[in-house]
Amino acid sequence: MSEEQIKNLEERFEARIARDEKIEPKDWMPEKYRQTHIRQISQHAHSEIVGMLPEGNWITRAPSLRRKVALLAKVQDEAGHGLYLYSACETLGISREEMYDQLHTGKAKYSSIFNYPTITWADIGAIGWLVDGAAIINQVPLCNTSFGPYARAMVRVCKEESFHQRQGYEIMLKLCKGTPEQKEMAQDALNRWWWPSLMMLGPTDAESVHTEQSMKWKLKRKTNDELRQQFIDQTVPQADILGIKVPDQDLKWNEERGHYDFGDIDWDEFWQVVKGHGPCNKERMKARVGAWERGEWVRDAALAYSEKRTKDKMNKAG
Amino acid sequence: MTEHLYKYILGIADNSLILGQRLGELCGHGPNLETDIACTNISLDLLGQVRSYFQYAAKITGDGRDEDDIAMMRKEREYLNVLLVEQPNTDFAYVMARQFLFDIHHFLFLQELQKSKDLTLSAIANKCIKEVSYHQRFSSDWIKRLGDGTEVSHDKVQTAFNDLWPYTDELFHQNEADKAMIMEGVGVDTAIFKDTYYQRLKHILDEATLDIPETKYFQKGGKEGIHSEHMGYILNDLQYMQRTYPDMEW
Repeated sequence: MSEEQIKNLEERFEARIARDEKIEPKDWMPEKYRQTHIRQISQHAHSEIVGMLPEGNWITRAPSLRRKVALLAKVQDEAGHGLYLYSACETLGISREEMYDQLHTGKAKYSSIFNYPTITWADIGAIGWLVDGAAIINQVPLCNTSFGPYARAMVRVCKEESFHQRQGYEIMLKLCKGTPEQKEMAQDALNRWWWPSLMMLGPTDAESVHTEQSMKWKLKRKTNDELRQQFIDQTVPQADILGIKVPDQDLKWNEERGHYDFGDIDWDEFWQVVKGHGPCNKERMKARVGAWERGEWVRDAALAYSEKRTKDKMNKAG
Repeated sequence: MTEHLYKYILGIADNSLILGQRLGELCGHGPNLETDIACTNISLDLLGQVRSYFQYAAKITGDGRDEDDIAMMRKEREYLNVLLVEQPNTDFAYVMARQFLFDIHHFLFLQELQKSKDLTLSAIANKCIKEVSYHQRFSSDWIKRLGDGTEVSHDKVQTAFNDLWPYTDELFHQNEADKAMIMEGVGVDTAIFKDTYYQRLKHILDEATLDIPETKYFQKGGKEGIHSEHMGYILNDLQYMQRTYPDMEW
């Protein structure tokens, strides 16, 4: 293809996006669009799968049967999200095995929040309330993103995430209405998860390398800082209802801006965790790689069995 | 009657509770995503069933205990599950062999429990059997894949069956509560499907090119509350919150 032809295709492609048309897997797309989507969708899928670990940590210890069943269902939903997202990503010409390999070798990232430990039951509430809450803010705009399979997967993901968030908040509410010891557990969880949740919305706009291009392709509709402000404005009143305190001395309603002002985020901590040195990065990767390696003989068996059955069928037919 | 019925319910529900707990340990650690989801789902089904049984148990005892007190506040000797379900998740072959040995029995058991004179139990059985019919299909399929897959998987699953087979006979043991409830037409006389159970196992194991283990000696104890060394650790997890923070709402 000549340069001019490519330019022509690119122009038509950008025009389709501008008209809010969906791009489907078989449509022509610029290579950069494909790569950016593989990066973002696989990162999203990996986050779902790695996110199962800190929550799965409390399945056997959930405080009641009702909570245990709800947590199992929730973690199962996360696995399901991983499944659709990997499938959506496969339509861009990468296999699930390749994506796993990128995760296991550290080439692909996942949400850093899951590198923090879940040390009390209240952490399960806080993850639902704050982490899923921040995730929804990030993800709702993606229901209208330009790449069809991703947009459709996100519609379902967002519905379930919003249910998880309410469930998490309900865990917190129950703790805050409970004994002083339970309320203290809730406060402690908020203290530990607040700042990492703010970091989840990504580096400040000045430092965000992908924002401009992603906005153009509708992979992003608002900047990280706008999303963060939205999250804070939405969450602070919820903490007030719970009667627990957001751990930020500078947090204050700003009448003029119509938003909360808030304190400085410790970006050194953010980058430390992103670069692999958070409290649980090594454990999380060890768990994922371990499960994959321990499962190799099982996957081999399933494949061998299915090949034998196909052969049987062919022999019969022949 | 109430005491026997209560214990009879425990005997059924504790199996699902402890197996559900064991499967819950695996969440996020499965050999692939699909299997991970399936095992979590089976755990979810089993624990859902446990809730129905214990809500009923709480109602008939009427001593103020709720489903969670019954599930989480008993002493180890008061749990009446069979030893099979508390066996550890040694590897995926053990997980599937344990599941298969349990599911085939569970399905036959629920088929009979649907005929119970106790309408609550028969209604629960009626609801659960749909789920369990899926569980037994899932585990049977995996036994075939592992048995007739590769040499490695064949050996692994054969070893698992050799180790777990001695726990199958206990599925048919009858404690005092079982006997009393059978007399009342409430409980299931498991003896009537013992042959069918072993025939079904044989059928699938044959198809999976696996040998029926030659076991002369069987293990027992769970149904009388005498468990393996694993049980205490399972209960440590299960009861952790209720024991550490007693009398609180969650």
